[in-house]
Amino acid sequence: MLKRIRRAAVLAATMVLAFTTTTARADLTLGISLPLSGPGSGLGIPIKNQLALWPQSIAGEKISMIILDDATDPANGVKNARRFLTDDKVDVILGSAITPVAIAMAAVAAEGETVQLSLSPAALPPGKDRWTFRLPQSAEVMAHAVLEHMKKANIKTVGFIGYNDAYGEVWLNELQTRAPAAGMKVVAVERFARADTSVTAQALKIVAANPDAVLIVATGSGAAMPEKGLVERGYKGKMYQTHAAATRDLMRIGGKDVEGTYVVSGPALIGELLSDSNPSKKAAMDFAQQYEKAYGAGSRNQFAAHTYDAAILLGKAVPLALKTAKPGTKEFRAALRDALEKIGPTPVSHGVINYTPTDHWGFTLDTGVMLKVVNGDWVLER
Amino acid sequence: MDFSIASILLLDGVTNGAVYALLAMAIVLLFAVTRVIFIPQGEFVAFGALTVGMFQAGQLPGTIWLLLAMAVVVAVLDTFEQLRAGLGAAPIVRHLLRILALPLIVCAVSWWIAPSKPPLLVSALLTMLLVTPMGPLVYRLAYRSLADASVLVLLIVSVGVHFALTGLGLLFFGAEGFRTPPFWDARFAVGPLMFSGQTLITFFASAALIVLLWLFFERTLYGKALRATAVNRLGARLMGISTTAAGALSFTMAAFIGALSGLLIGPTTTVFYDSGFLIGLKGFVAAVFAGLASYPAAAIGALGVGILESFASFWASAFKEVIVFTAILPVLLWRSLRDHHADEE
Repeated sequence: MLKRIRRAAVLAATMVLAFTTTTARADLTLGISLPLSGPGSGLGIPIKNQLALWPQSIAGEKISMIILDDATDPANGVKNARRFLTDDKVDVILGSAITPVAIAMAAVAAEGETVQLSLSPAALPPGKDRWTFRLPQSAEVMAHAVLEHMKKANIKTVGFIGYNDAYGEVWLNELQTRAPAAGMKVVAVERFARADTSVTAQALKIVAANPDAVLIVATGSGAAMPEKGLVERGYKGKMYQTHAAATRDLMRIGGKDVEGTYVVSGPALIGELLSDSNPSKKAAMDFAQQYEKAYGAGSRNQFAAHTYDAAILLGKAVPLALKTAKPGTKEFRAALRDALEKIGPTPVSHGVINYTPTDHWGFTLDTGVMLKVVNGDWVLER
Repeated sequence: MDFSIASILLLDGVTNGAVYALLAMAIVLLFAVTRVIFIPQGEFVAFGALTVGMFQAGQLPGTIWLLLAMAVVVAVLDTFEQLRAGLGAAPIVRHLLRILALPLIVCAVSWWIAPSKPPLLVSALLTMLLVTPMGPLVYRLAYRSLADASVLVLLIVSVGVHFALTGLGLLFFGAEGFRTPPFWDARFAVGPLMFSGQTLITFFASAALIVLLWLFFERTLYGKALRATAVNRLGARLMGISTTAAGALSFTMAAFIGALSGLLIGPTTTVFYDSGFLIGLKGFVAAVFAGLASYPAAAIGALGVGILESFASFWASAFKEVIVFTAILPVLLWRSLRDHHADEE
């Protein structure tokens, strides 16, 4: 029995080795670390779906992907990133989709002088993001759109209810620093967690403060709960959601209680609604058609779109870098980094990305679009 | 804070507390009978709520595959064991039928009925039938062979079972949450309070279950056998009580209570595959209030946890969990000063 187990173990080990050696020999190697399990899996799984739709090759170089699960854990992200650099000698690191994990990986990527395309808006101290390029919009870009809309709607007082985590904190910071300039006052700040069984208490406190509008900061299907709580307590003001809530799960869970909610989003989700002059229209439509053909109508989502955008950027940067060096070398990795800063304004499904040596966020302040939930569907606000 | 706000918070706290009370009871029951500190109790809650949610969305719930997989693994293990013990074909087949019949029938019915979006009550019933059999299966797979191990070993196994069930939950239910429609849509205003039908159902179901449990332990032979096992395992065995059967029965009850809690909590919040953990943990805090021994104290502790949680969310929502879980410290201190328990290991 023991012997058999040992033989099986040896066999398994050989298979793993064989697998890794074949991937290491491929041309353009991508090390991808995603939260495929744990609390971030709602973001990681669509990204993996979109990766399956990527082109087979970029600029004649065959793409090989090494996809690892970081289980939404920064320690795992770092471990994956180190493995990509030392064992797999990857040309690009993609991931992770969760901010704390992406931040932890950024340090490793910088140390190994390899480009990291971060799928989360990872804020890094100045100078630390030399090798890190973000695909999602910063909270700053999105908060700009939200506050502009609030200003136009003549809102004077704002309530805040958000996740008790980094995402909630980033938005609270943006709101509190920008509100005074926009002539608004933040009158209530409440927190909740995705797994909470009730938000009655928080809703009560916000209703007591009676703000003109409430900003809800939560993700996916978790975003509907505070709205239902507020409606149940008789709140009548406007409600705003952030781009992490811009999925159909909001309507699926929220039903009629989320009618009239304003949701800020990247243009990728609403290609059909964009005017023809919008630079993102073509990419957004193409992304949505591709993704929904593979995964069903209405399945498009923000993070799959970021992944789609990553392929566009690589499609432009890799040919430039190839002029200097071959993939798999240190020179190629450095050339790719420089190329990303040089490719100039690139229309992608989520807006127009323009990386410069001083700005690795790329998006301009007018990227965010405001949607409104009307009859269980998105309508573009102008 | 005025009277109306306080009463709304109190109602909210008691509603959640009623669900925590059920979970606390299940945890106390399992610990008393099997000495297992059952951390994955909350997983049954999530499975229950998600299964109803998927039935209501017209999808085939992932619970089916989970239940079938567990039943098949248990069947294979048992058959292997019985063959080694030299049992004949007839008893083996009979045993296989006993293990597989219910899961197969329930899964077949669910598979047939799921696409037609069954009415809420039918979904709820099927959900109970899908989740409850998982209890004894988990017991068979994870705990039975370790029945005599120390409490610490059983606790570590529980942590493992928790991670396994959460991972399987993600695999079978996906990462997005579900919210089920309420069983009763009515609303009653009493002063500043707004009773929803669902709140009343939660109160009623919790109270009914507590009374049923009491009757079960006081009046039935099985209940008395469980109590005997809880008091003294060896003594119970000498009296002809199978401790294995007692373990399986208590796990069945725990899974039943978990699934029922899931049905009660599903309409009031969005349940994710991993939501069960925190809910179960609050039940555990309540069970610790009772020293993992007394059912009435566990129920009171659970109401306390619910009310504390509700008021903590009002005053300092950012520190809510901190406040709730810190409350366990003084209780532990008080208990350890008061009870001079002999070391049972």
